[in-house]
Amino acid sequence: MAIETLPESSLPITTPLRPRFGFLASTPIMTAATICLSLIILMAIFAPLLAPHDPVQLAPSLRLKPASAEFPLGTDAYGRDLLSRIIYGGRISLLIGLGAAVFSISVGLLIGLVSGFFKWVDAVMMRIMDGLMAIPSILLAIAVVSLSGASIWTVLVAITIPEVPRVARLVRSVVLTAREEPYVEAAISLGSSLPKIMWRHLMPNTIAPLIVQGTYVCASAVLTEAILSFLGAGISPETPTWGNIMAEGRAYFQIKPSLIFWPGLLLSIAILSVNLIGDAARDALDPRMKQRGAGK
Amino acid sequence: MTDIVLDINNLVVALGKQPGASRIIDDVSLRVAERETLCLVGESGSGKSVTSLTVMGLLQKGSLIPTGGSVKLVGEELLTASDRRLRQLRATRMAMIFQEPMTALNPVVPVGRQIDEVLRVHTDLDARARRRKILAMMEHVRLPDVERIFASYPHRLSGGQRQRIMIAMALVLEPKLLIADEPTTALDVTTQKQILTLIRDLQRDHGTAVLFITHDMGVVAEIADRVAVMRHGRLVESGPLDGILRNPLMEYTRNLLASVPSLVPRAPRQETNEPVVLEANELCKIYRERSFFGKAREVPAAKNVTLTLRKGRTLGIVGESGSGKSTVARCIVRLIDPTSGGVRLVGREISELSRRLLQPHRKKIQIIFQDPYRSLNPRVTIGESIAEGPINYGMPRKEALSKARELLELVHLPVDAISRYPHQFSGGQRQRIAIARALALDPEVLVADEAVSALDVSVQAQVLDLLDEIQKRLGIGLLFITHDLRVAAQICDDVVVMQHGRVVEQGPAAEVLTHPKEAYTRALLDAAPGRGWDFANFRPVAEAAE
Repeated sequence: MAIETLPESSLPITTPLRPRFGFLASTPIMTAATICLSLIILMAIFAPLLAPHDPVQLAPSLRLKPASAEFPLGTDAYGRDLLSRIIYGGRISLLIGLGAAVFSISVGLLIGLVSGFFKWVDAVMMRIMDGLMAIPSILLAIAVVSLSGASIWTVLVAITIPEVPRVARLVRSVVLTAREEPYVEAAISLGSSLPKIMWRHLMPNTIAPLIVQGTYVCASAVLTEAILSFLGAGISPETPTWGNIMAEGRAYFQIKPSLIFWPGLLLSIAILSVNLIGDAARDALDPRMKQRGAGK
Repeated sequence: MTDIVLDINNLVVALGKQPGASRIIDDVSLRVAERETLCLVGESGSGKSVTSLTVMGLLQKGSLIPTGGSVKLVGEELLTASDRRLRQLRATRMAMIFQEPMTALNPVVPVGRQIDEVLRVHTDLDARARRRKILAMMEHVRLPDVERIFASYPHRLSGGQRQRIMIAMALVLEPKLLIADEPTTALDVTTQKQILTLIRDLQRDHGTAVLFITHDMGVVAEIADRVAVMRHGRLVESGPLDGILRNPLMEYTRNLLASVPSLVPRAPRQETNEPVVLEANELCKIYRERSFFGKAREVPAAKNVTLTLRKGRTLGIVGESGSGKSTVARCIVRLIDPTSGGVRLVGREISELSRRLLQPHRKKIQIIFQDPYRSLNPRVTIGESIAEGPINYGMPRKEALSKARELLELVHLPVDAISRYPHQFSGGQRQRIAIARALALDPEVLVADEAVSALDVSVQAQVLDLLDEIQKRLGIGLLFITHDLRVAAQICDDVVVMQHGRVVEQGPAAEVLTHPKEAYTRALLDAAPGRGWDFANFRPVAEAAE
């Protein structure tokens, strides 16, 4: 008789939950994206050490200086060092990106879990989410900022709100399929409490898609912040953000295009890197994509 | 000597081209002659499906590669044939039918058109001649009302009708070889019987050679002329049906046959006067389909089901798919709420209790599910899974984990399994884990919903033994839901037969399964494949009676 034997105990005890980070260096492009993003993040963290000048110190005598040894990228219309402003600007932009990702995922996860599990909550919640999604996110953000005044927190909230429905719907769809699994029914018959079932048996299923969604939210939040600043609805102009620098540089584009070029370049690289990493994370975490790769 | 249609010689299929690559099929030789049915038998992972896909040239390109041997169809080598030639040969010389006819048919094209496609590609008949041929073929596979079915979409047809369409499609060009890969596994026994008879008759009329793949010894006994047993990609033994069933030469074949549960019910156990642990009274579950216009439609999934289970006894609920047996189980465990009727668990009515009031009673009744791959959370260790129940009822974590260790021993798994994850275990082992998890709460009643249906026979026999042993040791009542009368005959003391949500017949297993009173029970028993064989004793049932 086929007596069952355990698989060899040398097998590594792995959990499918633990994401593998090999994808970050899977192709040359991915390696480049990972390195670029890491450099930008390091630059933002160590801004006080890296920046040669004070980013908010006005110096009217030094307006619109060209690149020189003292000002590697020149100065802006108020005589502030452009390089320093860009380095400091990364702090706000990345903080907004990361903050929006974390907040929208936390709130969206909660709403998604609850409405995926309770039918009556679902009916109400999803209609609210539909309503939110019907308003263009920039308009919604401008409305929130102009109602409550511009600060980094209001901008963050204004950017997070339109992202919540997307996350909530994603989580809900995962929960709707996962709750039919026999292991969830087994947990019910074992007498597990609802929060425990949600946290332990349903939530882990959502992690992989949420990591991916998080990178998208992050990229689009950085962009939205730049747009808000550019439109003048964002954080107050003296604080350097990539969007602010570009908004101010707009007036002097014909005299000094580098005012828009450099922050724009950094913004593009950051967003591109995050998006590439998000795509690769989806391929690495979604088993179906993996199979497709193996079938080639 | 009749003509050899399919001749497989020393076939090797490897996982990749490297010389050291593991062999999925290792040195397999088979022959199927005209008018002959060769049954390829084996448990999951034995390589029987890979063998058939190799013949059809349908192996996944680049991962599974035939690296040695030959496959000849009426003298023509297939392994070296071009894709173009293979495409011609499929349908004209060889054809295949699959386990799941719903996924093998295109859901958005009427079935008639799908058969027509085969003819359009491979013949130059005009539209009218094709249609005539198809209708004739559909009548031939005994489909009713062929004109209507010709224009129907697959979802309009029953499982048996779909499989008939597949057979019609496979045989419309009169191929020399028909490969049937578990064609009746997804069907109910009564439908299975009809399909098996149909394949037999068509074979007689057309002289087709049939390579029939199955894991079910009962089906083998019904349809095979010769049998080939496979295991781990190798041929264990092959020979004529009677020889294999009566005098299997190899140990593995003997064990395989010995694991097939007998249809003859086991000797009845002593009637007991133990207390009743579970009672269902006129249990009903009605699904209401609300439609936008018109009035709501009511679909009764279970109607007036009454049953009683005593401590230490096993009550079986048998029936075909859609008979409502699972609905009853889920109502009893309160995974769904019954529409009306009562469930009495150890003297306490639980059908009306709210979620909160039900909590203390949940631990007295536990359930094991069919699919061992989905009933354990893949992200939680075995120990945590088993300990979850006791922790919910206030046992300290440490104590619960040591209890989990004891339970793993009880279900014959090594104690170090506790810190592993479900994907490191086979299906049978996972089912043991699920049993351990259910037992962790010391339930009075254990509900097994098709708990052994997804397992190979040898593993199935082990799990059934385990359940029996546990029942003897702990004296729990077992509610055993199954579609398999063989399994029911071996484990149940009493049996409830269900059809269309109603109880048709109930009584002691020995009584119901040998002298059924109702026509439906009799039909079910008649349809059970291989009912004439007592596999475990290597002889026909008729001889045993003498």
